[in-house]
Amino acid sequence: MATTLADDLRPLHHPRSWLTKYVWSQDHKVIAIQYSVTAILIGVVALILSALMRLQLGFPGLFPSIQPDNYLQFVSMHGMIMVVYLLTALLLGGFGNYLIPLMVGARDMVFPFVNMLSYWLYLLSVIVLVAGFFVPGGPTGAGWTLYPPQAITEGTPGHQWGIATMLVSLAIFVAAFTMGGLNYVTTVLQARTKGMTLMRMPLSVWGIFTASIMGLLAFPALFVAAIMMLFDHFAGTSFFMPTMQSMGRITPTEGGSPLLFQHLFWFFGHPEVYIVALPAFGIVSDLISVHARRNIFGYRMMVWAIVIIGALSFVVWAHHMYVSGMNPYFGFFFATSTLIIAIPTAIKVYNWLLTLWRGNIHMRVPMLFAIAFIFTFIHGGLSGLFLGNVSVDVPLSDTFFVVAHFHMVMGVSPVLVIFGAIYHWYPKIFGRMWNETLGKLHFWITFLGVYAIFLPMHYLGILGVPRRYYALGETAFIPESVHLANEWITIAALIVFAAQGLFFFNMIWSLFRGPRADPNPWGAASLEWLTPQTPPAHGNWGPHLPVVYRWAYDYSVPGAARDFIPQTEPRA
Amino acid sequence: MSLFTRLAEKSWEPKSDRDLPPDRPSAGAVGLSAYVAVACVMFSLLVAAYVMRMGLHSAMGHMGSDWVPMPDPPLLWINSAVLVGSSIAWEVARRARAQGRAVRASIAGAALGLCFLIGQWMLWRHYQAAGYYLAANPANAFFYLLTALHGVHIMGGLGAAGWALIGGNIRHIRLCALYWHFLLVIWILLAGLLVST
Repeated sequence: MATTLADDLRPLHHPRSWLTKYVWSQDHKVIAIQYSVTAILIGVVALILSALMRLQLGFPGLFPSIQPDNYLQFVSMHGMIMVVYLLTALLLGGFGNYLIPLMVGARDMVFPFVNMLSYWLYLLSVIVLVAGFFVPGGPTGAGWTLYPPQAITEGTPGHQWGIATMLVSLAIFVAAFTMGGLNYVTTVLQARTKGMTLMRMPLSVWGIFTASIMGLLAFPALFVAAIMMLFDHFAGTSFFMPTMQSMGRITPTEGGSPLLFQHLFWFFGHPEVYIVALPAFGIVSDLISVHARRNIFGYRMMVWAIVIIGALSFVVWAHHMYVSGMNPYFGFFFATSTLIIAIPTAIKVYNWLLTLWRGNIHMRVPMLFAIAFIFTFIHGGLSGLFLGNVSVDVPLSDTFFVVAHFHMVMGVSPVLVIFGAIYHWYPKIFGRMWNETLGKLHFWITFLGVYAIFLPMHYLGILGVPRRYYALGETAFIPESVHLANEWITIAALIVFAAQGLFFFNMIWSLFRGPRADPNPWGAASLEWLTPQTPPAHGNWGPHLPVVYRWAYDYSVPGAARDFIPQTEPRA
Repeated sequence: MSLFTRLAEKSWEPKSDRDLPPDRPSAGAVGLSAYVAVACVMFSLLVAAYVMRMGLHSAMGHMGSDWVPMPDPPLLWINSAVLVGSSIAWEVARRARAQGRAVRASIAGAALGLCFLIGQWMLWRHYQAAGYYLAANPANAFFYLLTALHGVHIMGGLGAAGWALIGGNIRHIRLCALYWHFLLVIWILLAGLLVST
């Protein structure tokens, strides 16, 4: 049954008590903040784990409490938390929840109750994940890829209970994400306000929307893999477990296929990279356009590129498996499809640069982060060209080159966008301004710091330094300079780690002491800046929904009174 | 208005939306279609894993295969018939114009769905009694996994049906019917796979 406006569908759920307003809230803005705070807190745990890993790598043996088992557990938990529980949850659960209804002109998500349920399931998945630290044997040390058979075989840290909490937590996370993702997709398709055609949506919404669809289609693979591995672990089935000897005994399992798990995992794992990257692409486009006071260059091309990248990312997964022993002919196919993604991605990079070209660039903190993203993303993308080619990838597999590549392209890049986005939308979310000097200091230490950390790692990788090793020991091909580089990286990492304190201090201090923010401090044209109240009240828009007459990028229009025209302004 | 026309809109030009009528499908229908897509991906991946695991031994050049197919007891066909009957009842509910008829038909559909679940449970007991344990063979493991996941979806459908019946909303009943048909199609494909291999 078609209805003309989401506005007319049914009354909003109105909170009646403190608990339903701030805890069991169905308001997308509260849920967004709950998602973001939870994701950032668990992200800080992962950040601490990375500092501990760096201490061991830079100064081996200096900290006797870090044993080889602990190191592997830190590696595994750091990876999984950062990719799934921080980046995915923050970009989709946090920014998706906050921005989609405001940017498309809706009062809330289409299914507010399911949205609330999504957050609480996410919180449960985080609690189960953290429980892994306290079960006998500690969390899993199988690497974030959790490959069987080693993940559930004696000898791997956390092979008994740590892996179980991880798998259960992932299954819960997938359920939570599915609830959220259904909401994001349906809200974009169904609840746009009058005049908000698909091609008038800001690119942030396009990025989050496409990533949500991808998440809905990719996460079932992780769910299936987790359930099957739980069966293998607890019920003794042989989905993934081959015939093997462990600790001198033949295991009862036989005939299973570890490769099957790898296919399932990477069928999720590769789209996951773009589930994280596409929202970042969208958000960074908006930051660049607003702070350069120019319309985004090639808007249609940007939308199409997002959709094409999303589609292509489902046919490249086995480029993570070049050395897995799969059929070598697959390598040819997957290398080709991988390199084809460079085309739409390059279109996006050129369009960002062309948006900046002759723009009226304001070097505010969000813009600094957006421009920094272009640097790190190009950098990580170029090293991806090396790794996408089978013949180059084989010698570089499982070296620090890989670590440097994926940290640049899907660690640092989205995180820089997240910082930029928080600085950008903070005045709208909390109605306060943050401190500019602290923000700039945070930016420069972080930006230069991540280069100091990850640039040398490329050289370590080319020398053949393996990843996931607790200590390098006496190895003939590893020169003394590697140890020096490792010390340098660790010191840089600790400085960047400490610099994040500036960010947290700035955000929390400004919450109480920051000057009141203007409703539209950056002079942006998109809907979220046009709410009657700042921060937006429950229901977002007052008695009437906004009506949209133009796209979100009317900046510096010749002849216009101001250098931006809001989306709600009728055409002459 | 095709999707391609919408995606070709030049939104920066004046009057760009002149020819675009509003497109507002019902939220429930969009949400349901999206979920059906998710479930389709999940079951397709399981089927892919099933086929890959089944042919693994011979593909790796081992003698014979460790895959021992399960027998097809009559209960499997009875359960399938019950689910077909359930879907027919839901279809009656979907087409009913009067609310009373829709509610009665959907209660019948849900009751038959419950019978299907009980039948599946009996099927599991039957296989257990015959020695087809979960861990004894990959064919058994896949059977229990697939039927369990399908059963969980049926339970979800029963929950949704209860919610629609309490609310008495005829649009929700129609969505439930569509979801039920989807589960029937999945079951027919899964049962076909289990019987034919």
